[in-house]
Amino acid sequence: MDKTINIKLKVWRQAGPKAKGAFETYELNNISTDSSFLEMLDVLNEKLISEHKEPVAFDHDCREGICGMCSLYINGHPHGPDSGVTTCQLHMRKFHDGETITIEPWRSHAFPVIKDLMVDRRAYDKIMQAGGYISVNTGGMPDANAIPIAKKAADEAMDAASCIGCGACAAACKNGSAMLFVAAKVSQFALLPQGKVEAARRVKAMLGKMDELGFGNCTNTGACAAECPKNVSLSNIARLNREFICAKLKD
Amino acid sequence: MARIDELLKGDIITAKIPEGPLAEKWTNYKAHQKLVNPANKRRLDIIVVGTGLAGASAAASLGELGFHVLNFCIQDSPRRAHSIAAQGGINAAKNYQNDGDSVYRLFYDTIKGGDYRAREANVYRLAEVSNSIIDQCVAQGVPFAREYGGLLDNRSFGGAQVSRTFYAKGQTGQQLLLGAYSALSRQIHKGTVKMYTRYEMVDLVIIEGRARGIIARNLITGELERFAAHAVVIGTGGYGNTFFLSTNAMASNGSAALQAYRKGAWFANPCFAQIHPTCIPVHGTFQSKLTLMSESLRNDGRIWVPKKKEDAEAIRAGKKKPTDIPDEDRDFYLERRYPAFGNLVPRDVASRAAKERCDAGFGVNATGLAVYLDFKYAIERLGRDVVEARYGNLFQMYEKIVDENPYETPMMIFPAIHYTMGGIWVDYELQTSIQGLFCIGEANFSDHGANRLGASALMQGLADGYFVLPYTIQNYLADQIQVPRFSTDRPEFAEAEKAVNDKIDRLMKIQGSRSVDSIHRELGLVMWEFVGMGRTAEGLKTALEKIKEIRKTFWSEVYIPGRRNDLNVELEKALRLADFIEIGELMARDALLREESCGGHFREEYQTPEGEALRQDDKFSYVSCWQYEGEGKEPKLLKEPLDYEFVVRQTRNYKA
Repeated sequence: MDKTINIKLKVWRQAGPKAKGAFETYELNNISTDSSFLEMLDVLNEKLISEHKEPVAFDHDCREGICGMCSLYINGHPHGPDSGVTTCQLHMRKFHDGETITIEPWRSHAFPVIKDLMVDRRAYDKIMQAGGYISVNTGGMPDANAIPIAKKAADEAMDAASCIGCGACAAACKNGSAMLFVAAKVSQFALLPQGKVEAARRVKAMLGKMDELGFGNCTNTGACAAECPKNVSLSNIARLNREFICAKLKD
Repeated sequence: MARIDELLKGDIITAKIPEGPLAEKWTNYKAHQKLVNPANKRRLDIIVVGTGLAGASAAASLGELGFHVLNFCIQDSPRRAHSIAAQGGINAAKNYQNDGDSVYRLFYDTIKGGDYRAREANVYRLAEVSNSIIDQCVAQGVPFAREYGGLLDNRSFGGAQVSRTFYAKGQTGQQLLLGAYSALSRQIHKGTVKMYTRYEMVDLVIIEGRARGIIARNLITGELERFAAHAVVIGTGGYGNTFFLSTNAMASNGSAALQAYRKGAWFANPCFAQIHPTCIPVHGTFQSKLTLMSESLRNDGRIWVPKKKEDAEAIRAGKKKPTDIPDEDRDFYLERRYPAFGNLVPRDVASRAAKERCDAGFGVNATGLAVYLDFKYAIERLGRDVVEARYGNLFQMYEKIVDENPYETPMMIFPAIHYTMGGIWVDYELQTSIQGLFCIGEANFSDHGANRLGASALMQGLADGYFVLPYTIQNYLADQIQVPRFSTDRPEFAEAEKAVNDKIDRLMKIQGSRSVDSIHRELGLVMWEFVGMGRTAEGLKTALEKIKEIRKTFWSEVYIPGRRNDLNVELEKALRLADFIEIGELMARDALLREESCGGHFREEYQTPEGEALRQDDKFSYVSCWQYEGEGKEPKLLKEPLDYEFVVRQTRNYKA
């Protein structure tokens, strides 16, 4: 309890989207190992503010690992060295005294830097807008129990749906591909009878938009699933490919 | 002021509740309300601020109907609104379990759970539309938990004796929000909704007595921009972050509500804040937020503290572990005090009971401010696999934060601010006291009275957005079809923008020595100590004095680095904190006025000999509404009487 460590931070600072960025080095002492990574950054920012310097801009919101707002490449890993967590749930007990920690924004062509560690992830919204839904209006629905769905399919759909849209998959991919993100949504709907009706249209629209936005293609390296904070499985990409081939065969 | 004349008789507010028996009010309303024909809908603009369950579902549904919607959120994507963090579930009166549920019972449980401080007609409507929400979500592809037969599963939540809570693992809020976000995305694609991300509403624009637009700050460029519409809808959530430490997201704030209040919208029951009993305890002064552990855990977890003080002391000193305490030396105080509901008493009751034990010296953790939530018995009864299937993700989250394995040692929990039942006053149509300004979801005050039941926030947010507002807003817009679109060059926009500009200039010029967070923490400590779980007249007066000092400190000593016309997170936080200070004062003022204990509002002077909340129905059976009277002036109190026509008020009893 109440163990503290001293650390050195190398943080990417960039004033704006077009400005030239560089690493700045900061030293922080007596950081409690019980604090979260973002609380450590809060401490850094309080320190910078007290020195009348500009604090480091980074995205974060719920700090419970569910909103998908936090990002950060920490020591070469999206969301840091711990597995199955977002940056906000990463705790300082995963680092050791005297360690130098390198913090960068998402590395992806499709997610340009806004400021410091903040990036623009609207590309994911655009993929969703292209087809990430079941086309039903509000009202007039059949009873929720009208169509039984096998528990296994429902559970698998839930696992796919647990994607938080943080962008770690594309940031981790050497091709900058958003396949795992797209696959998660396509799989969730493909597994459910409600989503099957327009499955072919959906998979083509979402993949088309992904290509159009400049995301790379998938070469099955698996980095996305390895770094996914929600452990979304690579098998979703296999399902996506199957859905895509079936959709194309129908054309 | 036609709107105020319509609502006020003297100091007494009427809420435009339709005539007729309870079960027919909503049907009657819909049968007689005015509608807007499809061709005219295209010519009407609606601003929706917020993309949580209420905001996203409203924006999507209004877009589907054909209105032209402008939707705003402060995050980088509408999918990140804090509704996403809701864990446990959503209530509906489906009665799929055949365990005696009905629309009436859901209505009754909600009224009772709210300690008889909610409006009957609104709550009944909420229960009535609850079933449609589940149907809607399933059609959208929300992967609710299912039984092996393929039908939907349910779990139990506090304050109910039936299983009516639908859930998607421990991520129900996420899945429902993603459903609404999908529907919203579809409308954005169709062009009926224009989405503005990383925009923050900074003022409301009123033209000739009606809400006609907003000023919003582009959070990336720092520029102020003007947006006009025929109606404005606020769905920006609650103001729990007044306490600094809460289960709310870091950016959750009460500013949109306060802007509406300053422009004439009444703020109702500000003191009704919910303290959630099962949060991970505070661990250090650097802490930025508190993490909730879903109420669903109380289905199978048993809450206890040591029976003997010496055991509690030994645990606090680190000399004993919870697993060292034999069953007979454990005090399952909820089961002891409330045998009928046991660990599933409503949140306010569970929170106070935890505080009572900790105050009496039986608390655990080094701080003495924690109780145990133990799964040992559930694991013995059901096996570890079943417990893992039900709560696995929550256990993992707990372990990541606390570094202890809840399968082997009990979780430690403590109450924390979670939800605000109070908010902007709305009538039956969800319209505020400003014509053309609507308020939905947690941001309004309407359905939960003095205490919200678990799994009812998701229900209310989606009810408002999918099934109530899309009807009631048409009743207002029907006679607006002749009103042409407003130009944002009008003087009302210029004035509102100038006021915001002046405020930002004033803040930037202070250049003091205190960070925004350091002042916010100070406010939070005052709120928690004096306006938290146990309130007294004396304490509340102290709070009012201290908040005054904090306001002075803030406006003279805050330091905001950087430039105003740039991405400036400290400036964003400062603007929000300026409003939290006002909300904090309003909460304390309202709590001082309400000389009774009800739901989440516990005035220590008013309790039964057993320590239960003691309402004063003869004096306080009303909604307290505060009307802004100008800066530095005391707000005016107006009252909406709560006449219970259909339910007989009783003392809440969860014992038998």
